[in-house]
Amino acid sequence: MSSIGTGYDLSASQFSPDGRVFQVEYAMKAVENSGTVIGLKGTDGVVLAAEKLVMSKLHEPGTNRRIFNIDTHIGMCFSGLIADARQLVDIARKEASNYRSQYGVSIPLKYLNDRVSMYMHAYTLYSAVRPYGCSVILASYEDDQPLMYLIDPSGVNYGFNGCATGKAKQSAKTEIEKLKLGELSCKELVREAAKIIYLVHDELKDKNFELELSWVGKDSNGRHERIPEHILADAEKAAKQAMEADSDSDTDDL
Amino acid sequence: MVNEDWLNAPHSTGTSIMAAEFNGGVVIGADTRTTTGAYIANRVTDKLTKITDRIYCCRSGSAADTQAIADIVSYHLGFHGMELGEEPLVETSASVFQELCYNYRDSLMAGILVAGWDKLKGGQIYSIPIGGMCVRQTVSIGGSGSSYVYGYVDANYKPGMSKEACVDFVTKTLALAMSRDGSSGGCIRIGVITKDGIERKVILGTELPRFYED
Repeated sequence: MSSIGTGYDLSASQFSPDGRVFQVEYAMKAVENSGTVIGLKGTDGVVLAAEKLVMSKLHEPGTNRRIFNIDTHIGMCFSGLIADARQLVDIARKEASNYRSQYGVSIPLKYLNDRVSMYMHAYTLYSAVRPYGCSVILASYEDDQPLMYLIDPSGVNYGFNGCATGKAKQSAKTEIEKLKLGELSCKELVREAAKIIYLVHDELKDKNFELELSWVGKDSNGRHERIPEHILADAEKAAKQAMEADSDSDTDDL
Repeated sequence: MVNEDWLNAPHSTGTSIMAAEFNGGVVIGADTRTTTGAYIANRVTDKLTKITDRIYCCRSGSAADTQAIADIVSYHLGFHGMELGEEPLVETSASVFQELCYNYRDSLMAGILVAGWDKLKGGQIYSIPIGGMCVRQTVSIGGSGSSYVYGYVDANYKPGMSKEACVDFVTKTLALAMSRDGSSGGCIRIGVITKDGIERKVILGTELPRFYED
């Protein structure tokens, strides 16, 4: 970024001469500093996985969750600043609840995605506010249809079959592309998701992390839930084994 | 001085309305009489009011109130349909009606049947009587004339009827209600709502089915 320090990065309401909004790009940097999260859409639901980096051994396990329930059938996970994300979770929950009380049915994810995107985009327009320092993934299962969207700090959103954001999004994406997403079920995807998070985790830079997994789909009766303890333990074990097998074959090559 | 109460009486659709599910959609029907006290202010009223292409409502109670509510709901759902990029659900429509009818229950006189077709649940009917309750029914009748034909409906409605049988059933029920209820009458308007939209017809007062009339 050669244009840094030229004064065009002080406000989100001003373009640089080459047509960029630096504040938004800096917000994306905040996202890239945080642990990786991925979302995988299978035949019968969506699986969300997050690498929650643990800064201190003194922290209680299970605090500062990175995957949230928005409505019974909607899950949201994020990478970036946790405090910013919590605010987005709050507005998403309010949207879902208002929709339910006004229209008597649960909110369609397409609509929620539009609303949250618009909200995040609004924070890229004014000098008095800063953009949200997080990317969020929204996942749901409605009318036997799995759905997933990813929203960036700019307010841009896309629908995805598999997506990743955070520190190791590039290598996570490469791993996701190897999967046959159209054919895998949620049960299989849980293992894959755990493997990917373990694989892209950088042991040298970040020592400890907690694996967070959730799903929404047929297996959970259309509800977004944290993955049951025994399935999580199973997936985590498989991931660790895969890592060991991987490092064994690496030494063989040497 | 002559009693001139009837001059100031509100327009109301002292009415016979009904809706019934059949396989493939719903049939809605209403008489066409609007009264101001004893005076027939309109003998060819249309009480089947469009909300969206595939959702209609049958209005009973105060004509002014129900027209206003229908207009507001129609605006809301039009907007909502644009935001959603697809046709709103009948359930959604009923919920918006209910919200208005319940919140303003002290100032409104409105008994509404919301009926229509959507791709999630097919043909549906929601009844929203005075007070703002909302309940889904497979067949529903409303308005002052309905009291006379509850037995007829119970005896003759069959789930999963053909379109023709259902139209015939609705027509007969309304004709019976109109012959007993003084504030219902005129013609019968019928609407058949399916996935292809609505098909409307009128049965003139001279062509109504006739029953025992002594």
